[in-house]
Amino acid sequence: MVDVGIKLALTLTQIASVMGIVLLTVALLTLLERKVLGWMQDRMGPMEVGPYGILQPVADGLKLFFKEDIIPAGANRIMFSMAPVLSLVPALIGFAVIPFGPTWNVEWFGVEFKPFVISDINIGVLYILAFASIGAYGVILGGWSSNSKYSLLGGLRSAAQLISYELNVGLAIVGVLLLSSSLSMVTITEAQTGGFWRWYAFAPLPFPQFIAFVVFIIASVAETNRTPFDLPEAESELVAGFFTEYSGMRFAFFFLAEYANMILVSCVATVLFFGGWDAPLPFLQFHGSLEHLEWLSGMFWFTVKVYTFLFLFFWLRATLPRLRYDQLMRFGWKVLLPIALGNIVITSIMAYIFS
Amino acid sequence: MSMLERQFEANVMTTTLDAVVSWARKSALWPMTFGLACCAIEMIASVSSRYDIDRFGAGVFRASPRQSDLMIVAGTVCRKMAPVIRRIYDQMSEPRYVISMGSCATSGNHYNSYSVVQGVDQIVPVDLYIAGCPPRPEALMDGLIKLQEKIQREKVFVK
Repeated sequence: MVDVGIKLALTLTQIASVMGIVLLTVALLTLLERKVLGWMQDRMGPMEVGPYGILQPVADGLKLFFKEDIIPAGANRIMFSMAPVLSLVPALIGFAVIPFGPTWNVEWFGVEFKPFVISDINIGVLYILAFASIGAYGVILGGWSSNSKYSLLGGLRSAAQLISYELNVGLAIVGVLLLSSSLSMVTITEAQTGGFWRWYAFAPLPFPQFIAFVVFIIASVAETNRTPFDLPEAESELVAGFFTEYSGMRFAFFFLAEYANMILVSCVATVLFFGGWDAPLPFLQFHGSLEHLEWLSGMFWFTVKVYTFLFLFFWLRATLPRLRYDQLMRFGWKVLLPIALGNIVITSIMAYIFS
Repeated sequence: MSMLERQFEANVMTTTLDAVVSWARKSALWPMTFGLACCAIEMIASVSSRYDIDRFGAGVFRASPRQSDLMIVAGTVCRKMAPVIRRIYDQMSEPRYVISMGSCATSGNHYNSYSVVQGVDQIVPVDLYIAGCPPRPEALMDGLIKLQEKIQREKVFVK
């Protein structure tokens, strides 16, 4: 009984710290995005709110918190208030299976637990895909329940877009699953340790998954509704898309969900294709007499990789214009899907030959 | 407040909720993507690289009136546009602020005719007027800073 209590306390501590770090990162990202965009457009970005604008996320958050909360007449009140939560919660839940550091088994107070992953379940990848699909409901319901034509169009677009691109995300991952023969995020990371030539994106034998990685990143940009594929909230056509009618805190929830999804997708890309917490060259990791500090370098490399992908998201936003709707569908079904399927065929043949 | 002031050592900062909320509101004034005439071009210029209104935290242009705090009426207000401006203003969520940018929006300028509204303050309450035809981006920024000072003086909870 005491064991269960300690286990519960440890898990709750892990959940609290991961949630805290993710939400802080989200706040940081809103500032970082404006700074990076400013840098790319030869501007300065926020400068006057706090030194170098570091208090900008605080000011934005406080302002949204104290802003009027409008529910339009004719909106479905229950659905309207549920949709932002339904879109934020799945984005945060996904972090439960991400290994942030070395997969140690530590024994504290007679209870064994893994300090750097909340829950190592053997269907981790499926779990993340499943919750990403539930997140789409938040967007669709939010658009449908607002009783506004722009919101409805945005919601419908996002339904079609998320279905088409979720398929590509799933198929791009299959190659990695074939090579690692596991769905557990921890096992997949462990299979890639030992330097960048063993990461699935680069590992020469049986078949490098770099093409699958590119498909995965493009499809996940579409899944998180980021810029080249931000048709659900296309400003020039649909005002603000599915959250046109949302104001104040409910709008902030959609905003948080978008950024949390970006972080989650970057974490998944890091774990599946770029070796998770593994250092690019073995000597860059603490080992030997410093082995007890391995988690420090592990988390450092994990953070570096995740932020590289996040930077890529900002870069894409600053570079590319929005696709037209028919271009989006054609690209998803006629370009990405055949590439992902071809990758699966080649990977399975190569894996059969070399195993 | 006055009871608490100077009662602590120098490393304790006292403030009021009013001051903090007003600070947040003035530091995150999101304008609406909304331009009527040539003043809008100057407004667009004030977002881009040489002037960069984002430095003051006012660079997030939201297209939806529900999510924006500041309506910059940039340009000549025709009689046909007037009801639309009023409706957009009504759709904005509180707290909302209106800047009348340029002489056309302020007084109709030389368009003293049947088709032009002689000042946008006949339709919506205006917080701040900016002179100029059109005002340069510097003038818009000056107006923004003046509006920020005005917001900071506001009392949110204690009237």
